[in-house]
Amino acid sequence: MQDKYAIQMIGITKAFPGIIANDNIMLNVKENEIHALLGENGAGKSTLMSILFGAYSPDAGEIRIHGNAVRIKDPNVATSLGIGMVHQHFKLVHNYTVTQNIVLGREPRRGKGLFAPLKLDDARQKAKDLSDRYGLFIDPDAKIEDITVGQQQRVEILKTLYSDSDIIILDEPTAVLTPQEIDELMQIIRRLKQEGKTIILITHKLKEIKAVADRCSVLRRGKLIDTVDVAGVSENQLASLMVGRPVSFEIEKADKKSGAVMLSIKGLNVKDSTGVLRVKDLDLEVRSGEIMGVAGVDGNGQSNMLDAICGLCKVQSGTIELDGCDITSMPIKERIQKGLGFIPEDRQRYGLVNEFTIAENVILKDYDKSRYSKPLGVLNMDAAKAQADELIKQFDVRSAQGSATKAGSLSGGNQQKVIVAREISLSPKVLVVAQPTRGLDVGAIEYIRHRIVAERDKGRAVLLVSFELDEIMNLCDRIATISKGSIVSVDDAKSVTAHEIGLRMAGSKEASDEEK
Amino acid sequence: MKRNDLNRTSFIDWFLGNDGAISFAVVILGFIFGTIIVLLVGKNPINMYKSLLYSMIGRARSNGGWNFRYIGETLNYSIPFVLCGFAMAFAYRVGLFNVGGEGQYIMGMTAAQTVALLLPPFPGQWVVCLLAAIMAGAIWGGIVGLLKARFKVSEVVATIMLNYIALYLSRLICLQHPGATTYNTAALPATSKLAKFLIPSSNLNIGFFFMLAAVFIYWFVMEKTKAGFAFRATGYNQDAARCSGIPVVRSISVSMAVAGAFAGLAGALVLLGGAYPKGRIIVSMDNYGFNGMAVALVGNCRAIGTLLAGLLFGVMKQSQSLMQDMDIPKEITYIIQGLIVVFIALRAGLQLVREYRAKRIVASKVASV
Repeated sequence: MQDKYAIQMIGITKAFPGIIANDNIMLNVKENEIHALLGENGAGKSTLMSILFGAYSPDAGEIRIHGNAVRIKDPNVATSLGIGMVHQHFKLVHNYTVTQNIVLGREPRRGKGLFAPLKLDDARQKAKDLSDRYGLFIDPDAKIEDITVGQQQRVEILKTLYSDSDIIILDEPTAVLTPQEIDELMQIIRRLKQEGKTIILITHKLKEIKAVADRCSVLRRGKLIDTVDVAGVSENQLASLMVGRPVSFEIEKADKKSGAVMLSIKGLNVKDSTGVLRVKDLDLEVRSGEIMGVAGVDGNGQSNMLDAICGLCKVQSGTIELDGCDITSMPIKERIQKGLGFIPEDRQRYGLVNEFTIAENVILKDYDKSRYSKPLGVLNMDAAKAQADELIKQFDVRSAQGSATKAGSLSGGNQQKVIVAREISLSPKVLVVAQPTRGLDVGAIEYIRHRIVAERDKGRAVLLVSFELDEIMNLCDRIATISKGSIVSVDDAKSVTAHEIGLRMAGSKEASDEEK
Repeated sequence: MKRNDLNRTSFIDWFLGNDGAISFAVVILGFIFGTIIVLLVGKNPINMYKSLLYSMIGRARSNGGWNFRYIGETLNYSIPFVLCGFAMAFAYRVGLFNVGGEGQYIMGMTAAQTVALLLPPFPGQWVVCLLAAIMAGAIWGGIVGLLKARFKVSEVVATIMLNYIALYLSRLICLQHPGATTYNTAALPATSKLAKFLIPSSNLNIGFFFMLAAVFIYWFVMEKTKAGFAFRATGYNQDAARCSGIPVVRSISVSMAVAGAFAGLAGALVLLGGAYPKGRIIVSMDNYGFNGMAVALVGNCRAIGTLLAGLLFGVMKQSQSLMQDMDIPKEITYIIQGLIVVFIALRAGLQLVREYRAKRIVASKVASV
């Protein structure tokens, strides 16, 4: 008996400037299976799926859907072939209802012509039926701005179902979800399979693959490494396939010897640029020699808190003290001199000057110090190059032309290494780290995490903000959970589970009270 | 054969990655199109090139002898082009678009004229005139810098408006000067005029050395000093500069003031170094400030590039009178200048070509593996 294939991608090749994103890839997805596509960032997963969905055309190769060779020249063709895609960043209109969003672009009308009135009743009923059938629990009349991120994702799934897709691609669906929402999503994916759909799950999270997928194709540097039955492999085996060598995700670290409070935030209130209060009465303390993690779903005030600490935005009220010194309204320069190090989330925007060389970027924060000075206010570039060469060696930065390489031409991991090297070389008392490993490959992730732990062991206070709960659980000594702009709990990392943190991230105060 | 192929590829890549080479090519392209236009109107383009050449080497048209006055005038004309080029370039390197070179130039000229006419003549008066002009230009530019840094007022809009304010303010002030008529004032005192040198038959004056000094100062400050480092960091990535503790607000204000100072100096040098003995009451703009923007863009906002581009514009201006003698409409120089600016704007397109080529090279490697 031969398996039927829903999708066959044969010899797909796609090149971009400077990179071969897909190199002769053979992908076979059976009908009615959950097929995971595993790979690091930049391995070519998204490119491959964009080709399948018609966003890119391949340089070479053939695509067959249910055995028929097809040419998918744009997403409309993909939709008509029954392929639906749930993007990582949702494409919903926020002040429209669920039903309005679902029909967007193919609105049913009474009569013909541009000004014919909409006819939404049938669509609304169909959305409701689909929602019930697949257990999505979506109110077709709710406005998108009123529902949670998890529900918004289900609206996206509903959209694909509404257009009668039988192949559904989910692109990194769990990146924005709490652990509980992830569990619900896994249920929904199983339900979709029961109802006869074929699912492709793009992810770099091994747990999820083990939880739901039947088979898994592993991509590495644009090549298909292997397709395996998930039941027969362990998470570690999958990880080694993905990275190409054995990896350990556990970080060994000595017991903490924390000391005095180095960073103290009291009653902090911060508004964003539109005047909405994003941080509300936030209290937080970080001691020397510890890593304090801030866990939370994206958009709960983390970035506003970081901006306030680093001086990028004004504080409404409250105080921020660094080693006993009030820095609440201090200029950024003085904060840095007081010993505040910052590894920003958006490294291209806040961390580096892309057009500058590594040497110039390394001295960005202390270029005016005497060691980089010559008479007449001249910058001593030789000293800068020497410092850059030293850091390149110490931090294993891979670059084409050493210290003269432009930062913009480095890979993401090496850019991050340059930033980490600069911040650590300034010997800060408090190191504020935001999403340090986002978008990096596993090798760089391991390295950066070890460096952060090493800073803690040197007795520095580290504040780590991350949306990856695994990273927080792994690295931190204490974990503060942020929800709707406030810290709802602070726990010792050893005495709390990811599940408990997840409940608090969702803002359920009861849950945390109940446990106490 | 294979090797040749490789060489050609690397030459194109070198060219696409080299701003100086692109500027050079853009100028050539401008002249090619200019030549075509001259042909289309039925004139002899050889005469156009003759005029340009004679302006550069000082060859007399009529008797086949030499006339070094042309060289002097060419160099003299290039002074305000180069300085106004720096007014654009200095701001541009800090991430600002200074359209206000013209207004800063006018304010500089007005200040110099006021000092020249209202103070009693004294030896070395021209030095005070130049300082006043630099101050006036710096203030006129600095206002915009402050507005931009403190209140996020668009520097483009503010400088455009201040150009008009400068024009009419200059008229208001100069109409009060002694001996003011509708278009000129009493003669400027000799102590305020700049001394000529080298080629006495021309207007070439010591202002030329101020221009050369400006080239050096621009290069030194921008490329060598710590302040220049902060300026460039701000220009490339304001957010990263701010996050690194670089005083972005100060950089913006200071850079606009410095930019204005260059243009203000240009205004004084044109007034005090010119052949016209009286003070001016301008009725329209001299356009040096606007041409300076083109000069800076052709020169990539680098010191030497801007100098060379300014000299080119100086040659074109001087050659206008020769062209008219040789039956070439002088407007062709404006057309060529315009074409050069248009082609400079194609740089973004060349960037696309570069990316496309990079992609093709990768693709060919894939195919050959």
